[in-house]
Amino acid sequence: MNRAILAAVLVGATAPAFGVFLVLRRLSLIADTLSHVALAGVAIALLTKTFAPVVALVATTTAAVSIEELRMRRLLPGDAALAVFLYGALALAVVLISIADGFNSTLFSYLFGSVLTVTQTDLWWMASLAVVITVFMLILSSELAQIAFDPDLARINGVRVHLLNLGLAVLTGATITVSMRVVGVLLVGALIVIPVLVSLRITKGLTRTVVASSLVGIFVAVVGMIIAYYADIAPGGTVVLTAIILLIAVELAAFVSRSLGRHSRQLEIAKHSHSHESHAHGTADAADADADRSAHR
Amino acid sequence: MPVGNLSENEPTGTISTQIENKSEPQNLISHEGKVLRAEQIPIRFAETWFSYDSVPVVRDINFSITPGEFAAILGPNGSGKTTLMKLALGLLKPTSGQVLLFGEPAETFTDWHKIGYVPQRTQATESRFPASVREIVNFGSYTGFNPLSIFKRKRSNRVEESMDLAGISHLASRRVSDLSVGQQQRMLIARSLVRQPDLLVMDEPVAGVDAAGEEQFHTMVRRLNRELGITIVMVSHDIGAVMREATTCACINRDIVFHGPVHQLDAQALSGLYGFPVDVLMHDEEHTHR
Repeated sequence: MNRAILAAVLVGATAPAFGVFLVLRRLSLIADTLSHVALAGVAIALLTKTFAPVVALVATTTAAVSIEELRMRRLLPGDAALAVFLYGALALAVVLISIADGFNSTLFSYLFGSVLTVTQTDLWWMASLAVVITVFMLILSSELAQIAFDPDLARINGVRVHLLNLGLAVLTGATITVSMRVVGVLLVGALIVIPVLVSLRITKGLTRTVVASSLVGIFVAVVGMIIAYYADIAPGGTVVLTAIILLIAVELAAFVSRSLGRHSRQLEIAKHSHSHESHAHGTADAADADADRSAHR
Repeated sequence: MPVGNLSENEPTGTISTQIENKSEPQNLISHEGKVLRAEQIPIRFAETWFSYDSVPVVRDINFSITPGEFAAILGPNGSGKTTLMKLALGLLKPTSGQVLLFGEPAETFTDWHKIGYVPQRTQATESRFPASVREIVNFGSYTGFNPLSIFKRKRSNRVEESMDLAGISHLASRRVSDLSVGQQQRMLIARSLVRQPDLLVMDEPVAGVDAAGEEQFHTMVRRLNRELGITIVMVSHDIGAVMREATTCACINRDIVFHGPVHQLDAQALSGLYGFPVDVLMHDEEHTHR
């Protein structure tokens, strides 16, 4: 269980922090595409009986570079390139798994996550990639933020946008490789995106959003793991459902807060106009009384 | 079509005549007879063509924007104005010909601190982008890759000064996605000013801004040009504003149909540009451009 919690913390901290830059650039779909490519990598590993995370990393890196080059050279529209890789990788994975006769528990642990079977080697692998990703984000935070704000402005500011886009795409693949043992390749995109949506609602400022996304990621991953452990249910699904419940709660709280704010403003306006009316009425009543008094005299 | 005011006064900027100095083909001779070295010329288009899928978007563009100019780029929708700006900023590569920024080809230009750019919109301001105005303006102080930048807490004084100059100091902590269009444009200008640019390029900066915001905007830009000497290039649809604010104008409809001082821009040139008869009405001498 300790190993599971440590894995959850590593993934929870890394995936959403990185996801901030993808969500802000509306590139969330690249995570989904690369997770399917990672599945093709797992299929190759099952067929060749090699270490799946390494093969998945090579596959996602190759795909990430190819997608970015296709987009940059305008050989395919961005979303079409993602679709080709997503379905191509899924088809390749299905074919390779059937050849390897690999429809077994190992495959399912990669598809849906099986953190309780995480080995010491997996954990070291996850920790190493998490360190690389964190260092990349720390030293390139300004450049990544500028590209997320506007790539053209970043380029005119002297930022090497193409190179960093490549780095971002490669590390997205690495993040997926790190995360797939915990939530599974089919749900890893959710862990990259949903904690970011929560933090975008509750924080202001780019640095704070990255930190908050990591904290929310750690929270949902650890809580999800604990629930999955004690309820004996699938950890990947539990982690993602925990994140979605948190997102709904935060959105509802924001909605209620907005409604209450609007209601109190309306009350204030009504009170204000009522006091104006009373004041006007009061003046009119006083004038009437004066007139009455004059008439009686 | 009523358009601002026309003046018979000669503009005071150093308007290039496009006369090549044959011994030094990269140099220009200004109207005042002053020879401008290539590196002094903010933007120079030299036989520039750009095509998408073999269809020319801009054709054979030849003109320069000289130091201190307030140049407007005018043209109908789809005429190639934004393409021209992207070529000038090295965001697009010419199909043939050259674009020179301060004497260097735009694709290989590296002195980006000399240039400020204000796009019509950014992708971020239309979404729930979490950065504060101060964080965005601070992007202007970027001087290149520095692995320790995350630990650098001291902000440049230029950030506060630029926000002051753009009149957005009171919005410094506001989230950028909560700003109005006019405030966003002022934030982008402040971001550019941090770099103390020699050239400020703006792509339809007042599109979607209300009349009061537009007036504030033009007052600020006029000050940047006249008091700080920043060369301004502004893509615009607003002929009145161009007539009032700019010193020179380039009218584009795939080709350059007019380039020169704004007071020479007449009904004939505008009719040729838009493809229908345009009347030019002159009024209000006080607001006549320089």
